[in-house]
Amino acid sequence: MRNLKHIFHIFADYLGQYFKTRLAYRADFLGDLASNLISELINLVFIIVVFQHVPLMGEWTRDEIIFIYGFFLVPYALFSIFFGFWDFNERYIIRGEMDRILTRPVHNLAQVCLESIAPDRIFGVISGLIIMAYAAIQLDLVFYWYDPIIFIVLSISGALIYGGVYTAISAISFFSDSRTGITPMIYNIQQYGRYPVDVYNKVIRFVLTYVLPFAFVGVYPAAYFLRKETWYIYAAMTPVMAVIFFGIGLLVWNIGVSKYRGAGS
Amino acid sequence: MRKLYMELIRMRFLTMLAYRVNYYSGIIIYAINIGAYYFLWGAIYGGQQQLGGLSVEQMTSYVAIAWMSRAFYFNNIDMEIAQDVREGKVAIEMIRPYNYLSVKTAQAFGEGIFRFLFFAGPGIFLISLIIPFSFPATAQGWGLYLMSLMFAFFINTQVNLLTGLFTFFLFRNDGMMRAKRVIVDLMSGLVLPISFFPGWAQTIMGFLPFQAINYYPSLIFTGAIPAGRAWELIGFQVIWMFVILVPILILWRVARNRLVVQGG
Repeated sequence: MRNLKHIFHIFADYLGQYFKTRLAYRADFLGDLASNLISELINLVFIIVVFQHVPLMGEWTRDEIIFIYGFFLVPYALFSIFFGFWDFNERYIIRGEMDRILTRPVHNLAQVCLESIAPDRIFGVISGLIIMAYAAIQLDLVFYWYDPIIFIVLSISGALIYGGVYTAISAISFFSDSRTGITPMIYNIQQYGRYPVDVYNKVIRFVLTYVLPFAFVGVYPAAYFLRKETWYIYAAMTPVMAVIFFGIGLLVWNIGVSKYRGAGS
Repeated sequence: MRKLYMELIRMRFLTMLAYRVNYYSGIIIYAINIGAYYFLWGAIYGGQQQLGGLSVEQMTSYVAIAWMSRAFYFNNIDMEIAQDVREGKVAIEMIRPYNYLSVKTAQAFGEGIFRFLFFAGPGIFLISLIIPFSFPATAQGWGLYLMSLMFAFFINTQVNLLTGLFTFFLFRNDGMMRAKRVIVDLMSGLVLPISFFPGWAQTIMGFLPFQAINYYPSLIFTGAIPAGRAWELIGFQVIWMFVILVPILILWRVARNRLVVQGG
């Protein structure tokens, strides 16, 4: 417990440093915010354009799919705030920064996360909420007093699922100590949780549910708020999957660190 | 000089070959992307025969071809330039007896050839076994496609050079590069054929170079247009290539004079 408090304390310090470095490059900071907004809106274009030609995708309406996308943005933003080490292989393994991390007293994964923290991604949460609000109004969704709590739990769970998978995949670098280029793969696959999994065939659905459970970051939890009762069980399983997959991620990472011999100069 | 660039292309090709995990993960990425879009479009079509002027079969082969073309033209040289600028390596590059931007283009070309031979080739073959798929019927059709793909590579690389060059002025532009990637994927017709967009959007996109990156070569591959029209599209690509060259040369000239090395 003391350890965790310690991490939070350091987290606050890193946050301060982060804003100092970011505001040193002010144009980039603003540009980054604008760019993120653009990429989020552009992903909506696909949905909007497609639904100009068809009334339904599978059994889902346009606004339901927009709602799922809005929901997806929230856990995704939380994930990218804390797990921003996209260049982990390049920076920590190839260039040997990991050796420095291992001399630090804080847990090495926490240290890596802290060094790549990106709090400005919180704006993704805001755009997600706006998109969801729009869809919710269109769909006349009803919310109960406990829904915000469920929303927070499901969002954090989704972020942890991404975090677990991403940590496990980054840890591959410890074993291969050469350039892996695995990150773009995850970058590409992660988006499939955004669409209802029942449009895909059985194999992809299985993968997105049990192997790389990205469906738990978008469709399944969003289905709860859309009151799709067939998916309630999956929505309820989200926190469980989060614990399991984050646990696996941590385990793979720790094994990786113990195998790590250092490759950089 | 030509020998130097040939050597650069060869070296990048061999580097790509050396990183095997990269290679396997690349194949998986493309297989997954094409597979996912295949099912997604299946669901979108539902029972309908035609959407946006394409049947479901035409759509799936369009998606496959669009992704395979992307294997050739895609590269990350904007990020490489950004890294060189941040680390100060670019100062050394500038005093070397070659043109830095041409070097980057040559390296990207080596990468493109690698991806084309080892991802796109086997990929198209595998997909054609699963998805009903029609190849260009004539040698002329293949020639036109390959030529168009070559220009697509140059235009996309120029767009990347341009975003990369902005690092000189903004110091960090990760956000811009990320947004550029999404914009190029959407507006080039990779995720959605241009014919799906509403008329006004098509008009606007007609004034932008992005269609030339993916939509034109994909159209030529499907053989949906006559050879005359194909030549016309290739002509547009050539024009775009020269048009984008102008801001690149201007930015490069200015950038060299105001380079701030931030470490290294």
